[in-house]
Amino acid sequence: MATEERIDPLFRPLTKDVQAVGITRPSLSNWQQVVRKLVKNKLAMLGFFIILFLVVMAIIGPSLVPYSHSDQSLLDRNKELSAEHWFGTDELGRDMFARTWFGARISLTIGVVAALIDLVIGVTVGGIAGYMAGRGKKGDRIDNIIMRIIEILYGLPYLLVVILLMVVMEPGILTIIIALSATGWVGMARLVRGQILQLKNQEFIMAAQVLGAKFSRILLKHLIPNTFGVIIVNLTFTIPSAIFAESFLSFLGLGVQAPDASWGTMTNDAMGVILTGDWWRLFFPGLMISLTMFAFNVFGDGLQDALDPRLRD
Amino acid sequence: MTNYLVKRVLMMLVTLWIIVTLTFSLMHAIPGNPFASESDQLPEQILANLRAKYHLDEPLPVQYLMYLKNLVFLDLGPSIKSDSRSVNDMIADGFGASAWLGGQAISIAVVFGILFGIIAALNRNRTLDYVAMALAVLGVAVPSFIMAPLLINFLAIKFPLFPVATWGTWMHTVLPSLALAFGPIAIITRYMRASMIEVMNQNYIRTAEAKGIPTVLIVIKHGIRNAILPVITFLGPLIASLITGTFVVEKIFAIPGIGKYFVDGIFNRDYPVILGTTIFYSAILIVTIFLIDIAYSLIDPRIRLTKKEG
Repeated sequence: MATEERIDPLFRPLTKDVQAVGITRPSLSNWQQVVRKLVKNKLAMLGFFIILFLVVMAIIGPSLVPYSHSDQSLLDRNKELSAEHWFGTDELGRDMFARTWFGARISLTIGVVAALIDLVIGVTVGGIAGYMAGRGKKGDRIDNIIMRIIEILYGLPYLLVVILLMVVMEPGILTIIIALSATGWVGMARLVRGQILQLKNQEFIMAAQVLGAKFSRILLKHLIPNTFGVIIVNLTFTIPSAIFAESFLSFLGLGVQAPDASWGTMTNDAMGVILTGDWWRLFFPGLMISLTMFAFNVFGDGLQDALDPRLRD
Repeated sequence: MTNYLVKRVLMMLVTLWIIVTLTFSLMHAIPGNPFASESDQLPEQILANLRAKYHLDEPLPVQYLMYLKNLVFLDLGPSIKSDSRSVNDMIADGFGASAWLGGQAISIAVVFGILFGIIAALNRNRTLDYVAMALAVLGVAVPSFIMAPLLINFLAIKFPLFPVATWGTWMHTVLPSLALAFGPIAIITRYMRASMIEVMNQNYIRTAEAKGIPTVLIVIKHGIRNAILPVITFLGPLIASLITGTFVVEKIFAIPGIGKYFVDGIFNRDYPVILGTTIFYSAILIVTIFLIDIAYSLIDPRIRLTKKEG
């Protein structure tokens, strides 16, 4: 009888063909882990699918009905929901379904474009400030000037500035985007500067410098990828706030001009009829604004959690 | 400390000056003038007189300096459309209603936001927490200009508890204040919950629990004071959003506040009114943020204003 038989099986040396147990979790890259965690977050995924749904409907929605957003039919004014008009009609007999999804195009376009402009300006300015800080007298001065400008812009009541710009310029989508981005990049710039400042004193950057890496390599391979998470999370919050600002301006009558529709103008148009009980006039644009805000916010929250290494499992 | 205060006040003045300059140059960058609608009917001489009355015939730099000089004496100039009134009068007129509305809304938001946040944190991952958080998500998602008509629809028309609109008794203030406070309540609840959860896990809370102090006392004496700090930092942006919220809420409820003058000023292209109200709002916002920073250091003695990095 071999001695091995008498040893408790738990303590026997492993034979070659026995697989090691337990710890074989596939090794995942950082982004794979983030995606995995995000997919597990039900609320965030709900937000993601709502966003997807809104985008798809913005693209195909208006062509699902045989009316355009501006077709008037004075015989069908303020009609309730029906097989012909899925979301009812407004006071000029325009189809609310076509208008709602046409409004989605405008609202989403403004939100995304304004957020992207904020991103480009914010990352550039914030990156320069963060990189220049602590690089001799001249660098400090550049950082200082940028920070003073940011501080003052940050102190401005941003919607007031946007409203002023809207009063001055020709009304239209482009104007809204310009007005929103004129002050909107400040938050992103502050964020990126803070991140770069924090990162560039860390050991791995020093190690890269010692190894002789060029500045461009450090920037592209180390600094930017490490700030990426924060930037993306910030983006998921700037898109809804731009959409909100557009609805707000349109609600005040400063945004999109007739016959074009946005959710804000539709809500404003519905104000006149809230007393008569034509609920669908307010309900659909209001629901879309709220759904958009909800979806981007919960998705952003989920993304933030997924990117936080302290919350990794 | 004195040094810091002086620096901050100077910074505030610079910000205000930039706002004035920015709005002034923006306004004059546009073609046309406030009398564009009358210029067909009125003889040239009268138009010239009108321009002279509002000093619009002076070169721009002179107008700018005159405006600044008047501003130093807190004179915001005349309204062009409503002839006999100055912008100061309009602001004085509307301020009562706007301030009452804003003050009431922020009080509701702070009290209920903190209360809901504490309740959610103490019942973490239980029903009450989920209810509070659902409310908070709703508050972030539904803007005030949608909340307001909903409130009118349910609490004034379906169940006529409150008046539909206008201004007068305290009952008139309830719906607009609720519409304004709804978003801020949600934001405060979220922040309060997060920071309360963190505080309640601290060692000094456990010590207090071990000593047998009742939970209510622990929350009041230790919890709130420590958890409230992040909430206070958020009051600045919150007040900014409240101010902009008053534009729509005052418009929807037909409340004679400053927001209404501001919005009307935009549509009438009444430049002195737009400029004056913008400056007024900005000043309020800047001063509030300053006061919040000071309050911050009073509540938490660990924070020294002078060490703060910009």
